[in-house]
Amino acid sequence: MTDQQQADRRHDEVEAGTTTGLAAPSVDVTDARQNSLWSDAWRDLKRNRLFWIGAVLGVLFLLMATFPSVFARGADPRACNLANSKQKPSGEHWFGFDQQGCDYLANVVFGARNSLIIGALAVLVILVLGVIVGAVSGFFGGVIDSLLSRVTDIFYALPLVLGALVILRTGSLGRGVVAVAIALAAFGWMTAMRLVRSQVIAVKSSDYVAAARAMGASNGRILVRHILPNAVAPVLVYATITVGVLIAAEATLTFLGVGLQRPAISWGLQIDAGQSLLRTAPHLVFFPSIILTLTVMAFIMMGDALRDALDPRQRS
Amino acid sequence: MTAPDLSSYPESTAVAGAPVLHVDDLHVEFRTRENVVNAVNGVSYTVSHGETLAILGESGSGKSVTAQAIMGILDTPPAVIGGGGILFEGRNMLAMSDEDRRRIRGPGISMIFQDALSSLNPVYSVGFQIGEMFRAHRGTSRKEAKRLAAELMDRVRIPAAAQRVNDYPHQFSGGMRQRVMIAMAIALDPKILIADEPTTALDVTVQAQVMDLLKDLQRETGMGLVLITHDLGVVNEVADNVAVMYAGRIVERGTVDDVFTRPAHPYTEGLMKSVPQVEVKGGRLQPITGQPPNLAKIPSGCPFHPRCARRRLGAAALPGRDCAVDRPPLRLVVPGREAACHYSEEVLGV
Repeated sequence: MTDQQQADRRHDEVEAGTTTGLAAPSVDVTDARQNSLWSDAWRDLKRNRLFWIGAVLGVLFLLMATFPSVFARGADPRACNLANSKQKPSGEHWFGFDQQGCDYLANVVFGARNSLIIGALAVLVILVLGVIVGAVSGFFGGVIDSLLSRVTDIFYALPLVLGALVILRTGSLGRGVVAVAIALAAFGWMTAMRLVRSQVIAVKSSDYVAAARAMGASNGRILVRHILPNAVAPVLVYATITVGVLIAAEATLTFLGVGLQRPAISWGLQIDAGQSLLRTAPHLVFFPSIILTLTVMAFIMMGDALRDALDPRQRS
Repeated sequence: MTAPDLSSYPESTAVAGAPVLHVDDLHVEFRTRENVVNAVNGVSYTVSHGETLAILGESGSGKSVTAQAIMGILDTPPAVIGGGGILFEGRNMLAMSDEDRRRIRGPGISMIFQDALSSLNPVYSVGFQIGEMFRAHRGTSRKEAKRLAAELMDRVRIPAAAQRVNDYPHQFSGGMRQRVMIAMAIALDPKILIADEPTTALDVTVQAQVMDLLKDLQRETGMGLVLITHDLGVVNEVADNVAVMYAGRIVERGTVDDVFTRPAHPYTEGLMKSVPQVEVKGGRLQPITGQPPNLAKIPSGCPFHPRCARRRLGAAALPGRDCAVDRPPLRLVVPGREAACHYSEEVLGV
């Protein structure tokens, strides 16, 4: 707390103490702005530079995934000419050519779609699974909670990439975009579950829920006003950051040879193919890596900004 | 676990001029794996329109549990209401449906808590939270609720209320937060306001302001005020009547002036002696020796007897009035005064 704020508080107390009798209601609420949790959070987000950098990058990659040919400057990623193999970047071909002589800019741009779809799909599954299991576990407690928590612990035993690797190696899901997303979600939902569970437990027994109950709030209202917003806000922040982590994990899996397979186009595949040519054509690793890093960063920055915005105590 | 038998209790005993709130022989116990803790053992009291009743007692005497039972915010299990009735305007709340009970909370009975910061949701502005009272119970529009919230904040003397409706609980000082709680609690003009140690977390000057505010609001609205506290000074200043609790029972009851000047129960007497007096300089304060009883193993006879300086045991006791064997009932000692002691007359010196 700053000195000014402390001074303000003291002033408040003094002023309140000296007022005798009930002050006549002289209230004029001309400022009719909405002030729910979300609208305040949005107001805060709008002022956050970190959020805007993340959002601009995020939208850029989203557009790239939706309209890749626009960003590829008309080049077709599959129209290759071996004569151009491993050519360095030039004014005409910004990212150069890969070993097969395909335009590399087009390849990197077309890779965005798979990465984003996998990230978004996996996070969606993680959210649904995490919120439902966590809410049930936290709300009902007792045996149900013990059971679900132990199941979560079992999944926790395997790290994300290792777990997904095991699933994909069995091959029963195939090697497509959906398979990779499911494999990642299967070993990525536990943190979301624990977040929701602990929030529900904490809020359920909080004094303000008791106070709301004592003042006649119904169960439904307590759930909607107190439990859900408190449980959803942190998990939403986590989900935003996780999109980035999952995109990186997808690239890792693909790089390790268990994720997407050729002829699919993905950053993981490009980095994998480029690594053996690192000495002769470093740009083949450099460009997909930098774009991958920027994508991951964009989501993490948005997540960070969202976390600050959803916590009123951090507002300036 | 056996369900408490409340069916024998009449559903309604509405009588004209009856007290607004009537707690009748309430029993609450906490059942844990190891034992049963008898937190409230047959507490009865009434609160009328405009009356301030102070419930005085040390930690663990059952004063807060009684209030939570009235509000229906006890965690059950482990808590079990073992018997008795809570009558609001003659209707037994324990026999009501959850929905009917909920409707009483807010416009009928409302409550403020000791720690205002944790009793306010940190993620909503105070104006929104006060406005929720109107939106939840009256379906008021968001904008109107906010206007009413600002009005209420003005009424509880929060400076610059109209500018502060959009501030969050952490931006308020302790005293201001308690005012916000009070604003919420009185939003729907409750007939009874239960204040559970409303000033314990505040410093002394702010305590006085908050108590003054509660008194003024009561004068204005005519609500009954149940003031739960262990602060003798606060009781002396604002309460009309006082009920002293010990080990889940009321041990003495009467008007504040009577009880404070001439206690009829050795425990109350001990409490009064433990307070520093302005007139008496020097010397030591007299503490009540021993520890508060373990509520899982309440002493036989009078629960206070192991700590009582006036106890009479065995041959020293009058027949049927052995402090370690016979439990003294709460009885009328002198007009307007009840005490649960076999030897109250001796304590009073009549």
